[in-house]
This record gives sequence, structure tokens and C-alpha cells, in this order.
Amino acid sequence: MADRLGVVLVTGFLGSGKTTLISGLLAHPAMGETAVLVNELGEVAIDHHLVRQVDERTVVLGSGCICCTLRGDLQDELRDLLARRARGELAPFRRVVVETTGLADPAPVLSTLLGEPLLRHHYAVEAVVTTVDAVSGSQTLDRHPESVKQAAVADTLLVTKADTAAPADVAALEARLRALNPVAPVRRVAFGAIAPGDLLRGRTRDVPAAALADRDDAVAGPGHGRHAGDVRAFTLVLDEPLDWDAFAVWLTMLLHSRGLDVLRVKGLLDVGAAGPVVLDGVQHVVHRPRHLEAWPDDDHRSRIVFITRGIEREAVLASLEAFAALGRTARATPTGGRSA
Amino acid sequence: MCPLCGALLAEHWSDADGAGARRGRVLRTRMVRRVLAGFGVTLSDWGGTAYVLHDGKGRAEVVHDLTTLWSEAERLAGRPLDPLDPALVAALRRSDG
Repeated sequence: MADRLGVVLVTGFLGSGKTTLISGLLAHPAMGETAVLVNELGEVAIDHHLVRQVDERTVVLGSGCICCTLRGDLQDELRDLLARRARGELAPFRRVVVETTGLADPAPVLSTLLGEPLLRHHYAVEAVVTTVDAVSGSQTLDRHPESVKQAAVADTLLVTKADTAAPADVAALEARLRALNPVAPVRRVAFGAIAPGDLLRGRTRDVPAAALADRDDAVAGPGHGRHAGDVRAFTLVLDEPLDWDAFAVWLTMLLHSRGLDVLRVKGLLDVGAAGPVVLDGVQHVVHRPRHLEAWPDDDHRSRIVFITRGIEREAVLASLEAFAALGRTARATPTGGRSA
Repeated sequence: MCPLCGALLAEHWSDADGAGARRGRVLRTRMVRRVLAGFGVTLSDWGGTAYVLHDGKGRAEVVHDLTTLWSEAERLAGRPLDPLDPALVAALRRSDG
């Protein structure tokens, strides 16, 4: 991560305040050496007196920030940024903020970043930030499955325009978001005013222990809107250390088969080492697991949060236990022995 | 892109635990063979660098990671491979019982 460029993905439904957030971030002194890929340059509130135009789609701000219009395929844009940086056409930025379109499913964007070897070599996903409009957010979650996915993949959820909504409605929306995505802190932000550090710790932050409490909640389904699907957030808490090889066989098979309906999987795994392994996946894509040197709290059991669509906790647990038993049998077989 | 890059940069998330990688491959091969036993597909480790899937019709596919493995195994099996399938879970339990 240290020698790769960080990518901050800003997603959220139409009109939920992505551009305002990015405008606010660009105004912050700590955001120098950042390249921003936005959908429409003209919509970003920047002081044009402090802007140097590089070409028709790129400006350099007084802070050293680079702002580009996202014109085509994200993969091409990110490669182009690297090439222009290498040629000295752009300042040597250290981070890229990418604004997705409001209707975008963020999973393919993450898949691009984590799956394409060249991009994976040069970029690392630093944080996924999802904006949710306090006024219309609840209705959007009811009606648009994309917005449920946008919330599920977030490392941080930002409730925008809270000052224009009834306090009780904002509180209800925040409670719903916490249930939908237990691993993402929910914050309020007004007019894009937020310290970048609060967002950029994103994925590097440890998983909050409270988020990993044992739970099984229906968070979007018939009661919450007929299009949202049967979305659940649940936690598996495992008393025994995980066999990493058995877990890898199981999870790769699960994501192959049911990846579209595993909106998020995130947790701390006890693999028998001093500290846990942090697991973080979105649909078919899994971030490279990280080994922590120590546990964040006294509970050293594996705790894995799943946000799924149409998949029940009991089915996942029964399957994982069967594969864990498979692992024990495989280990009990002498090396060189037949196992089939 | 350099044609070598794909190979040099290829890494799979499941390979993150570098310790005992060789032993891990042996164990994974055993487990996958057990899972695929009811699907007419088998697996062998190819020199510690790749896996080879075989079916009963003489077809073989070389795969390099677990994600690709399941896609190709499903193609050779000709039916879905679902770890949540109660029949598969029951079969694995019986074989370990």
C-alpha cells in the first residue's frame, strides 16, 4: 500500500451530495497532491482564479490538486493518469478520488481496481465513501437496489443535508444504515465540510468491534420496498480458529456461485496467529487480506459480517462448518496419501 | 503492458498466507477433490504452480487460482457448483462422518 497510489471511491445516489462533498474536500489543505476524477468538471465548486488549465478536461488547483473530467472508461482514465504523471504532464499526485455516477453499481469499479493487474500494481483502494441524502435516502433505499449496494460496499456512510430533514427521520435513516452496513461508521456532513482524515482512514482502520456483534437482521426486503430484495446483514462468530486453506476453498466457491448476492463480507479472522486477518470483500471481489499484529479487543474469535441478498445465515454457517470439517480431514490425511 | 506482467503481478487473495504455501496447496487440492467427487471432475496439482482439472471424458483444464478453478470445474461438470446446496453440504458431512 505504501508505494501505491490510494484510491478513494465516492459513490451515492443521484443528488445525494457527491459533488458537494468533493468540492469540500478539494478546499481542504490536506488534499494537495490529489487527482480527482469527476463526472462533470463544471459542477465542482472551485475557485477559478486559482486554477491552471492543463487541457480541455483537466485543471490543476492552487492546492496542487488535479481535477479531471471522467470521460470514458475508468480503467482507461486511471491508466492515462499514470502515463501523464510519468511524462511530467501532471504533478506527482499520491491519491485519486473517483466520483461514480449516481446510478452506478460500485462493485464493477472495485473489480476493475482490484482485478486488473496493472491497476492493482499501481493503485490501492483506500476508502469507499457513500453519500446518502437525509431527505430522500430512505425512499431511495426502498426503490433502488443500486442504492442498497452503494450503502453495503461503504467503508464510511455520510448522511448529507441532515439540516433540511426532520430529526426523527434522520435518526431513523441512520439506524437503518447501521443495520444495513454494520461495518461502516455513519456520519453527518453539511455542505461537504468534513476533514479528509475522517474519510481516508477508511479501509486501513480496524474493524470496529461493536460492528461485529452477533446479529441477523433483515435490512431491506418486502417490508422496506419491493425492489430492494431480501437483504440481510448477519454475523458469524466462530469459537474455533479458522483453517485458512479450508476457508479459502469455501469462500472462493461461495463467491463464484453466489457472489452477486454477497454484497459485502468483512471481518476479523482467527487463523491461529498472534493477531487476526482482516477480510474485506464486495461481491466477487476480495481485497488482499491484511494481517494485524494484535487484536483490537479481548474477543479473539473470528467474526465475519455478511450483507447478503436472499441468503440465510443458517445456510452459510452450515456450509462453512462442513468445509471446516473437510479441512480437518484433509489435515489428518498423511502427506502423500490419497484423499479423493 | 509487458506480456510478463500478467504472470508477475498475478496474485490471488487466498494466497495471502505465505507460510506453508506448499502444504496449503496439498490441502486445498485434497479438499477440492472431495467437493468435486460427486460432479465427475477431479483435480491434481501441477508442479506446485497450477492446478489441472479433469473430467471423465478426457478433457483437462489448467487453472492458476481458486476463483478460476470453480468456473472451469463448473463448466466441466455441466451443472452449478454451489457450496450452499444442502445436498452438497450433506454429502460433505457424510464423507467426514
